[in-house]
Amino acid sequence: MPSLCHICRLLSPLLLLAAALLQLPAAAAAGMSMTIEQHQLANGLRVIVKEDHRAPVVVSMVWYRVGSIDEENGTTGISHALEHMMFKGTRQVPAGEFSRLVAAAGGRENAFTDRDYTSFHQQLQKSRLPLAFRLEADRMQNLTLSPQEYAKEIRVVMEERRMRTDDQPEARVQESLMATAFTSSPYRVPVIGWMNDIQNMTVGDVRDWYRRWYAPNNAIIVVVGDVKAPEVFALAEKYFGAIKPKLLPERKPQEEPSQEGIRRVVVKAPAELPYLMMAWRTPWLHDLDKEWEPYALDVLSEILDGNEAARLNSTLVRNERIATSIGVSYDDTLRGPALFIVSGTPASGKTVADLEQGIRREIARIAADGISDEELKRVKAQLVASQVYQRDSMFFQALQIGSLASDGYPADGVDLILQKLRQVTAAQVQQVANKYFNDDGLTVATLDPQPLNGRRLAPPMEMDHVR
Amino acid sequence: MFARMLLLIVALCAALPAAALPPIQTWQTAAGSHVYFVETHDLPMLDVSVDFPAGSTFDTRAKSGVAGLTQQMLHLGAGGLSEDDIARKIADVGAELDGHFDLDRGGVSLRTLTSGEELAQALDVFSRVLQSPEFPAAVLEREKARLVAEIKEADTKPGSIAERNFNQLVYGDHPYALRASGEADTVPAVTRDDLIAFYRAHYAADRAVIALIGDLDRKQAEQIADRLTAQLPRSSDAPTQAPPVPPLAHAETRVIPHPATQAHVLIGAPGMKRGDPDYFSLYVGNYVLGGGGFVSRILTEVREKRGLAYSAYSYFMPMQQDGPFMIGLETRKDQTAEALAVARATLEKFVATGPTAQELKEAKQNIVDGFPLRFDSNRKILEYLDVIGFYHLPLTYIEDFPGNVGKVTLADIDDAFKRRVHPDRMVTVVVGPEPAALGAGGSAR
Repeated sequence: MPSLCHICRLLSPLLLLAAALLQLPAAAAAGMSMTIEQHQLANGLRVIVKEDHRAPVVVSMVWYRVGSIDEENGTTGISHALEHMMFKGTRQVPAGEFSRLVAAAGGRENAFTDRDYTSFHQQLQKSRLPLAFRLEADRMQNLTLSPQEYAKEIRVVMEERRMRTDDQPEARVQESLMATAFTSSPYRVPVIGWMNDIQNMTVGDVRDWYRRWYAPNNAIIVVVGDVKAPEVFALAEKYFGAIKPKLLPERKPQEEPSQEGIRRVVVKAPAELPYLMMAWRTPWLHDLDKEWEPYALDVLSEILDGNEAARLNSTLVRNERIATSIGVSYDDTLRGPALFIVSGTPASGKTVADLEQGIRREIARIAADGISDEELKRVKAQLVASQVYQRDSMFFQALQIGSLASDGYPADGVDLILQKLRQVTAAQVQQVANKYFNDDGLTVATLDPQPLNGRRLAPPMEMDHVR
Repeated sequence: MFARMLLLIVALCAALPAAALPPIQTWQTAAGSHVYFVETHDLPMLDVSVDFPAGSTFDTRAKSGVAGLTQQMLHLGAGGLSEDDIARKIADVGAELDGHFDLDRGGVSLRTLTSGEELAQALDVFSRVLQSPEFPAAVLEREKARLVAEIKEADTKPGSIAERNFNQLVYGDHPYALRASGEADTVPAVTRDDLIAFYRAHYAADRAVIALIGDLDRKQAEQIADRLTAQLPRSSDAPTQAPPVPPLAHAETRVIPHPATQAHVLIGAPGMKRGDPDYFSLYVGNYVLGGGGFVSRILTEVREKRGLAYSAYSYFMPMQQDGPFMIGLETRKDQTAEALAVARATLEKFVATGPTAQELKEAKQNIVDGFPLRFDSNRKILEYLDVIGFYHLPLTYIEDFPGNVGKVTLADIDDAFKRRVHPDRMVTVVVGPEPAALGAGGSAR
């Protein structure tokens, strides 16, 4: 499923890859054996280190616990706008210098904003970690936020919104889905913000946001690589230790009221094929150890869509040919309410109604008849393997640690998550399939494809030839 | 977008320092396939890929799509296993089967644990997929229908429309103009016999390049390589590479209206090939021009100074023959003329005067000091092995790379860009605005 939660500063192949990995259901992404070391500075800054000595490199990330979930109507997208402005200079490091210094050190850098957090990262030779810390500590406290730079950068953000959302029919369906499934939770607004809010945002708004949330006691540093944890802690003390903590704003719970009936929304956009998204309200993890339903839902998502032989692809795409593609998304570690989302494109000659019926039938089958031991065993085999494969990427390991910690879970929670997933039984999967997939908690969003400007594609216009 | 950035990865697939990379072992299998192996025991896993000169360049215009469907159908029924059998057997041992396909190459790859039972089952399935694909007729009909739907969908998207028109104008009658997916009116005509014939001609043992990295010793790697190739088709006389790409004779601009809010702009021409004598000069130069992200001139001029776009870049994609040189950006429609003018002026100035000494110094620092990041995972090293093997790059190519980058001078870049990049003879494709709305900006200067 295309998930556009991660809005990054510039599309980079690496981050896209990482984002693609992040979209794996948590069940597939949970299995990395993790030995991490943690330290907290006196000002509240948490530092988390995972040593990985396979290559002489390091990934350094700073996570701020602020995202679109903390935003208010009228200034939606402000966390993301601030993320962009973080590259626009401090007194000591003028606009553009941050990127130039990292690049000249052989590094790569980028940032992304999500619903729950904003994250900045550099990948460098291991000896260059002090550079990353020096630059991050500087912009944690000394951001200039000049009106001239803001005026240019907010136009870039508008272009980003046009590119990612306005001109992408499936992204617009997802945006409408979220705005319909949630009524009071801030998860209803897009991470990049509504266009009108972006257009009316001011540099003053962004400065207020920076002053409110960018503080050592609202940040987490994650370092993965060929380093020694005590040295990283000392380095953090050196660069970040003197930064004063702030009194953070109170976070209101803004809990979503319960849903009592199906919701439907239709989006019209220029496209050839229709598109369907079905989202059910489901529980998520508050305590990694005490709850079991979210883990059963994770396994259910794998049974439905964890591999090419999984039920939805095997039945709806391959055998019955109702869909050309189908996907499942369920994230159970987050700060706000969870959705279990099934999305797909109907095959030629089939309608979104046909596909909706097919999806309902497949889930009902599991609710009625359960799953086979063979299917459950297959999901667990993939979990075990993913535990090994994920260690091939330091960047992914850092993402996983940082997102768990930023969402308020233990930073080393992946081991517990894996253990819990392996304990899920077939009966539990059947139980959650029965309990949560009813119409009262369902939102359905569809794309109604429109011809391009009421016509098929115009023949191309040849312009002049110049020799 | 995702695809384009992946191309960028291919374009950058070049640089490895010798110091930290384990040695590459090479040999030929009994069937004549070339093997590139890196032994590393950090993780109990294996990545293996097998590539053939079987990309879209070997399609014909009338049956565009045969090459891609052949590659895609390999794992949808093979060696007595149905597509669902294959998917289940792979998933049961936690393995991952992937395909890859571009202008030059078609192939498959496998990631698996190296524990006994898992390794054996994963290799058994992989071996059948490679050597005894069945191309079941009913599955082919379904895949063709899916593909046609996807092509029609792509033809409504401004980015896809721009890329397709760009390739047509840059490559004309050359097969690099053919779309990897095929066309909505060519795919329906593809038959099972077409796939079988294509497989026999292009998936022959002596053309295969096998790359392996992981927790194996040399003897195991040799056995696996033999097993994966012994039953491949014998050698054929089909071509193994595309004909040379003719240079563009003149500038050409194509404007295609579209209801999207942004215009998609692509500017370019045939660029360079793998092993090109100008490779390092063009590669380092392009870092300064538009390959270096926020420190590149194109992103600085278009985005940082003027706020005209979110994404703006340039790249060379070296292929067997001259792959494209491309500048791309997306901007609100009514800004198209301005953004186009800025991009063109940036290119012209760069070709006319080259980078500054400081820019060259920082480009080299980034490329040389950033080397370790390019092979910090097995997955990345596997891609390098593929490229080295497939394009017959010397094994010392890697250890020589930092030195070759270091040797590039301002004069080299200036000379190479002046000879190879001609701003007055480029293709420009704009998808979005009406041609009239582009005014002066829409003409080819």
